[in-house]
Amino acid sequence: MGLIDKLISTARRRSPWLLHFDCGSCNGCDIETLACLTPVYDVERFGVVNVGNPKHADILLVTGTVNLRNREVLTVLFEQMPEPKVVVAIGACGLSGGIFREAPNVVGGVDKVIPVDVYVPGCPARPEAIIDGVVLALEKFREKSKGKGEGK
Amino acid sequence: MMQTAALALAVPCAAILLGGLLSGIDRRLTARLQSRQGPPLSQPFLDVIKLMAKERMVTNPWQAFSPVASLGAAAFALVFFALQGDLLVILFVHMVGGVFLVLGAMASPSPYSQTASQRELWQMLSCETLLFLIAGALYLTTGSFRLSELSALPEPLLYRLPLLFAAFFFALTVKMRKSPFDLAGCHHAHQELVRGVFTEYVGPYLGLLEIAHWLDIVLYLAICSLFWATSTPAMILLPLAAFLAVIMLDNVAARLTWRWMLGWGWGAAFVLSALNLSWLKG
Repeated sequence: MGLIDKLISTARRRSPWLLHFDCGSCNGCDIETLACLTPVYDVERFGVVNVGNPKHADILLVTGTVNLRNREVLTVLFEQMPEPKVVVAIGACGLSGGIFREAPNVVGGVDKVIPVDVYVPGCPARPEAIIDGVVLALEKFREKSKGKGEGK
Repeated sequence: MMQTAALALAVPCAAILLGGLLSGIDRRLTARLQSRQGPPLSQPFLDVIKLMAKERMVTNPWQAFSPVASLGAAAFALVFFALQGDLLVILFVHMVGGVFLVLGAMASPSPYSQTASQRELWQMLSCETLLFLIAGALYLTTGSFRLSELSALPEPLLYRLPLLFAAFFFALTVKMRKSPFDLAGCHHAHQELVRGVFTEYVGPYLGLLEIAHWLDIVLYLAICSLFWATSTPAMILLPLAAFLAVIMLDNVAARLTWRWMLGWGWGAAFVLSALNLSWLKG
């Protein structure tokens, strides 16, 4: 790995910009996600910024169930993010549809629509668990760039 | 000739380092004011390196060309400044950068980008006029638009232009994209127009614009130092004080509308400047 590759890899791990999408969540997981940005947890000290724009984001945090209405929005948001990108599904609903999974309008977990890299369980997921999930997502960046180098 | 070429290379590089560092100080200081720890000072550089390595996405070729033109204009303006050139030329070249930023943002049909572009034009209208008044004041005091005449002055320009300095401070808050006049795209990641004029710029193009923004801030702080060009410590302390004051203001003020900005820019600041100019002549 050259010096420039190393620099880029470090910068990616230390400057993750998040896009948070509430995909029909009850707001429990959303409150916990935003709690990470407050002075108590202050994830900005790790370079994390909560951007409101898929075009600037590196990591997509999705909370809540996917339903027939918002699956298209979720796909569009994912497609608008430039590579390399990682998706983190948060909470029981984001993972599997949770208690809503058998509702007629619910498609299921986030991975039914877009590829998910990290699953953060919980109802709601704790801020510590969400930060842990983001850190795990950063490791995925390294794996992804390695895979690219091998032509995969 | 060789010296000029070396200067043309060294000045933008030094300005990028200084601008990024100032941006880092800004983020850390803002975090401290909000009882947070804040990111490391190197954070802005890490952000830009990451952006440079992201995928290139454009919806219109202007989005690829504009950031390069904007950065080029910002760098040229700084080099002219370092060569102690004509302040009018510096301001015109600097404005070209702003125009390209708007051109690229307007090339996308996104309503966020479009609205923010209109606001950016209002911002330019309200603060660039003030800069030309400062150039006019320079001419009235030294008899030339050239910066090299300034060091020959017996006393700091600030003594003769206190009201113009107040007007310049207004222009600095607008240019640094700080509250209360950060209408077109503020420093923070979120605002009512998503990310304002920067919304549609992706990856490397956003990175280039970020660097251009650093250069713009350095140029404005350099213009700020002209107000006390007779002593070297004051040339450093005055811009630093202005920079810290803008950050403090950003943390205590809410965002105002463009009508307020125009009122302050053309009402208060313009009247102050005209008043100052009138007594210069007399």
